[in-house]
Amino acid sequence: MRAHWMLAPLLALLLVATNADVAAQERVIQVTAERFKFTPGVIELKVGVPVVLELTTLDRKHGFQVPDLKIDEVIEPGKITRVRIVPDKAATYDFHCTVFCGSGHEEMAGQIVVSP
Amino acid sequence: MNEPKGRREFMQLAGLGGVVFASGLAGACTNILRKSGGQEDDFFFVQLSDSHWGFKGPPNPEAANTLRQAVAAVNALPSAPDFVVFTGDLTHTTDDEAERRKRMREFKAIVADLKTPVQHYMPGEHDASLDWGKAYQENFGPTHYSFDYKGIHFAVLDNVSDPQASIGDTQMDWLLADLKPLRPEAPIVVFTHRPLFDLAPAWDWATKDGSKAIDLLQHWKNVTVFYGHIHQEHHFRTGEIAHHAATSLIFPLPAPMSQPKRTPLPWDPAHPRRGLGFREIFVDESRLALTLRQDSLEGAGASQPAAASGG
Repeated sequence: MRAHWMLAPLLALLLVATNADVAAQERVIQVTAERFKFTPGVIELKVGVPVVLELTTLDRKHGFQVPDLKIDEVIEPGKITRVRIVPDKAATYDFHCTVFCGSGHEEMAGQIVVSP
Repeated sequence: MNEPKGRREFMQLAGLGGVVFASGLAGACTNILRKSGGQEDDFFFVQLSDSHWGFKGPPNPEAANTLRQAVAAVNALPSAPDFVVFTGDLTHTTDDEAERRKRMREFKAIVADLKTPVQHYMPGEHDASLDWGKAYQENFGPTHYSFDYKGIHFAVLDNVSDPQASIGDTQMDWLLADLKPLRPEAPIVVFTHRPLFDLAPAWDWATKDGSKAIDLLQHWKNVTVFYGHIHQEHHFRTGEIAHHAATSLIFPLPAPMSQPKRTPLPWDPAHPRRGLGFREIFVDESRLALTLRQDSLEGAGASQPAAASGG
């Protein structure tokens, strides 16, 4: 019994380490939205390398849609919207804001560029 | 008020230089209307769209004149249309709520010069998306509604007051209830601002729940949709439903996905109104065959609206 009590902290340590390894494999990219642009406007990814986009807004509600990747999210003020992407081929995908945000909304767009 | 407009007369008008597009509706037969108890005379109406009143910028340095020229051109048609319909983006958006209302008042003052007394309006995202249609409704009334005219049922759909371009379940329920009494072969015309189908989602040329509306409309056999938003003519079918986009009255946009960005086509001082115009829709006595004629503003007067003509 006493041996089990001694093993438990070691086991917990191993689990944390495993989670940390997974987290380390996932690159996080911060993307901010504000009228009428995304920063960065071009998001560069590698085939097979998973990433998490952390979407935030600096002013008001915006949208983030990548039609060819079936991604359609809303970015609310004060919240972080996370989108996980695992690119499976080299390609360029357009994204744009889907919440009308004023004169200039039409230009609020960017690209995800996936290289080999 | 209006003289009867026979098909022959209309086709003569069409021969004046406009582009004619026949939108045949499936199952055309002349006894439908008689069963519905409507009148049998031909008629036509005019679609104007995307005037963006208040816009200032290089894509149209003459923006302060274009709407007036369009009004003059419609007034100059050899026959007066039975009604005119504006399919949204009457005004260009602004964050300033007072300025938004001012633009709407100015728009109304200009179109008050139309000789056609029956006018129907609907919002575009520039009119309605920043305040969920509040200022629009103050100035123009409901954002979705329906009416009947000479045997055709017309339904106006709002896919812009929601800034995320949804029609929404409430309006969808209204549409179903509105159409439910109609026979499956009844002629139906839908006016809306954005395309109901996914024309170019990457350019925001779509309606989030447009496929639901199309699924609903497909229960009727003779449905035609007229819309704006994309600032150019475009013709498409989803099943039996024909969808026709109109040119704008401010600046033309590129063909869907034909270039990296949907930036306005450059203004050409040699042809300052190229790509701008309006549409006449002729309805024959069967109410099931529509003929579309595109009128360009290019031949309109340079700066004096009174000199404009529809040819």
